Amino acid sequence: MLKVEVYRYNPETDKTPYMKTYEVDTEGKDLMVLDVLEMLKAKDASLSFRRSCREGVCGSDGVNISGKNGLACITPLSSCVKNNKLVLRPLPGLPVIRDLVIDMSQFYAQYRKIEPFLQNDTPAPAIERLQSPEDRAKLDGLYECILCACCSTSCPSFWWNPDKFVGPAGLLQAYRFLADSRDSANEKRLNGLSDPFSVFRCHGIQNCVSVCPKGLNPTRAIGHIRNMLLHSAT
Amino acid sequence: MVTTATSFGRNGVADWIIQRFTALVLASYTLFWVAFFFITPEINYTIWQELFSQLWMRIFTLLALLSIAAHGWIGLWGVVTDYLTTRMMGSTGLVLRMLVLGIYAIVTIAYLVWGIEILWGAK
Ligand code: SF4
Ligand code: SF4
Ligand code: FES
Repeated sequence: MLKVEVYRYNPETDKTPYMKTYEVDTEGKDLMVLDVLEMLKAKDASLSFRRSCREGVCGSDGVNISGKNGLACITPLSSCVKNNKLVLRPLPGLPVIRDLVIDMSQFYAQYRKIEPFLQNDTPAPAIERLQSPEDRAKLDGLYECILCACCSTSCPSFWWNPDKFVGPAGLLQAYRFLADSRDSANEKRLNGLSDPFSVFRCHGIQNCVSVCPKGLNPTRAIGHIRNMLLHSAT
Repeated sequence: MVTTATSFGRNGVADWIIQRFTALVLASYTLFWVAFFFITPEINYTIWQELFSQLWMRIFTLLALLSIAAHGWIGLWGVVTDYLTTRMMGSTGLVLRMLVLGIYAIVTIAYLVWGIEILWGAK
């Protein structure tokens, strides 16, 4: 039997959060963490968590799995169970709504701040804005982000200043538009990022890189933004 | 924003550049002393006096002093705006921040003035 400790908190009935221990029979299979959560839910319907696609595409089931943020649906037990024990907590740093469900408003507010949409004032061509294959290639490693928040909620700078530091997820997307040859709002975008918090709170610890379930590298993107800021300032 | 107003260069880019530049100055100043002690067999008052009677040494030392002041200010400002935030502590955060930075400013300015006096005051 696998021991599973789960963070429980129902603000309507619990004064404080607590850890509840369950036992699950995995029949020796290397299940995904989400499968275990579903088994727990069948036993105890009061347990709350988010999930949708169950294949690492939607980004809704980011949780803290035995101390490391990740997507429950694509994290096999073999990679996270130690001494026959699995510990599940909500993503750290954001307010808990209930059990493993967190309030992501702060995360989305930062995403909104970087204006994650293509901006171009020149007259639109008849069919479409073309881009060379080389320019298109610059967006690889950026556009794949599914906004699961695993990175931003593993970043100490985001924990301390979620209202001022854009965080790795938002900055990766900021660079995705800065790097896009079809976008012409670079100057405005950079102006909005030059304060001491938005970008410069990143200290390059790379927690974000180590947890991203899509294998993306926000730290590198942040470095590119910083270089662009330095160039535009000199 | 109250917190932004106390940042050294009032702009993240300027802060970042100042932080790197002052780090370089401090590193070279440290290296200079290591090298100096290494190549000087015996240090006595005359050697010391001669070294500090040269203008470049005084300017180099002054630059190092100014760099410590600026580097420490930006660093400390970064630390207190991480851990003593209004978001977590309410107005206590602001009071503590101002207190810590205020003490740092007083101590640093005192050392700076003292340092300048030592460098240019002595005959
Ligand atoms: S960068 Fe990676 S960890 Fe961060 S939100 Fe996007 S997919 Fe998730
Ligand atoms: S590299 Fe930057 S964004 Fe990534 S976790 Fe560290 S401080 Fe946060
Ligand atoms: S359920 Fe969609 S990413 Fe895990």
